[in-house]
Amino acid sequence: MTETTIELFKNGKRIDGRRMDEMRPMEAKVGVLKRADGSAMFRFGSTWALAGVFGPRKVFPKHQEEAERAILRTEYRMAPFSTSERSRPGMSRRSQEISMVTRNAILPAIFVEDYPKTAIDVVIEILQADASTRCAGINAAVLALADAGIPMKGLVSSASAGRVQGNVVLDIAGKEDTEGEVDLPVAYYHGKKQMSLLQMDGICPPDQMRDIVKLAIRGCEQVHEVQKRALKKRYEADVEEA
Amino acid sequence: MDEESGRKLVITGEQVGKGRAGHGCYEENGNVYSKFVGLAESKGDMHFVIPLSGVYNPKRGDGVIGKVVEIIAQKWFVDINSPYEAVLTLGEATEEFIDLAKSDLTKYFDYNDLIFAEILSVNKQRQIMLSMRSRKARKLRGGRLISVTSSKVPRIIGKGGSMVEMIKQLSGTQIVVGQNGIVWVKGENEDLAAEAVLMIEERAHLHGLTEFMKRFLEEKTGRKYEAKPAGEFQFRREEGGEEGGNGEFQFRRPDEEGGFGKPEGGNNNY
Repeated sequence: MTETTIELFKNGKRIDGRRMDEMRPMEAKVGVLKRADGSAMFRFGSTWALAGVFGPRKVFPKHQEEAERAILRTEYRMAPFSTSERSRPGMSRRSQEISMVTRNAILPAIFVEDYPKTAIDVVIEILQADASTRCAGINAAVLALADAGIPMKGLVSSASAGRVQGNVVLDIAGKEDTEGEVDLPVAYYHGKKQMSLLQMDGICPPDQMRDIVKLAIRGCEQVHEVQKRALKKRYEADVEEA
Repeated sequence: MDEESGRKLVITGEQVGKGRAGHGCYEENGNVYSKFVGLAESKGDMHFVIPLSGVYNPKRGDGVIGKVVEIIAQKWFVDINSPYEAVLTLGEATEEFIDLAKSDLTKYFDYNDLIFAEILSVNKQRQIMLSMRSRKARKLRGGRLISVTSSKVPRIIGKGGSMVEMIKQLSGTQIVVGQNGIVWVKGENEDLAAEAVLMIEERAHLHGLTEFMKRFLEEKTGRKYEAKPAGEFQFRREEGGEEGGNGEFQFRRPDEEGGFGKPEGGNNNY
């Protein structure tokens, strides 16, 4: 059997026509759900994430309660129709892991000590998956938290970069995800210029990894601009005559 | 951006200025950043942010509507639409002498009773104490509850209480607005009053909202509304008061006002 390789690059452009350091079109919308205390949608190309925040509220079960801070609980799920093959609804090993890394990525930005003895619940639903779902989830969750009036140090943004057929590229999508060598999601907190999420799938030389991380952080900065605009847009109308 | 009052819309993490951090802000290396999406204000080198969303944060002196959820050891525990339950102690509940050996506390406030009470104090451990000893405090019987975002409460009350007064008159209802975002409505046309309250919440950002609501209510009821001059409202308001602090249901503590004395009309029937 001969192995056919797909040509992922042509004339310096990627398979979907993007430059190496170009993000997919992004869209963010705040306040999309009525029942949640805060909500937001975030989109990278055809990756859609929806996040809802509840709380701060009373902790149940009570033994989880902490006397001096709020607890943050996150839940990442994928809709059954989010992938090309139907995915089983409910929590899987993968979604449990992503729930945990999402929590760790957001937690440093929250003033948990402002609401002792309470719980803040974040629920993320991936409506459509096309790589970087955890990044889209984090971006949506952070916007939803701000919408819910949770005190935070600032917005956390997340984007991924990677290596595809030897090239360092930003925001891996579609075929690049399945054919590429490295996928590296990063969550970045702008205020302190710190990373709160760094995962890597695959292997690459150390100096190239540095390039990938730098590129991912550049992506986070672009995400940050989109997030800021979406938040301002949602609340601008509210203050016209406040 | 709201130029008139010098307030500026800021988002979470945005720099408000340099100096000291007041409520809603934090300071890092002399720079002050906002913790919320809200309106930023500065007094000298002190900066504040009033959040535009979020759960109700109990403040001393606020009038809130709550529901009795538990009665333990001479105390009533009240759900006031905040992450923390409030406590109403025996001494603050009534002026009567209650002989605990003989009386059943549910005679005063039973489970699921609605009360309009004043927040006496909020401490660091987030224990909230309530009082029923102020003039406006009372038990709410019948009627219905509407829940709105607590940051929109000042819009429902309106300038000097004008908005709530208009809805009251045109719909023929009694309305009590709690600072915690719970509105109680009872009377002739509850449906209309409830609709009006929800409409205000939805359109809180509109210019000329009072005029808009007036047209809406007059059209629905066929009545004409003549606003009384501000002085004739039976409640008091500090001019240029803080957002959330103005309006009808501001309490005053006895020490500030010179004593509450007996409640008016002697309707101390709880």
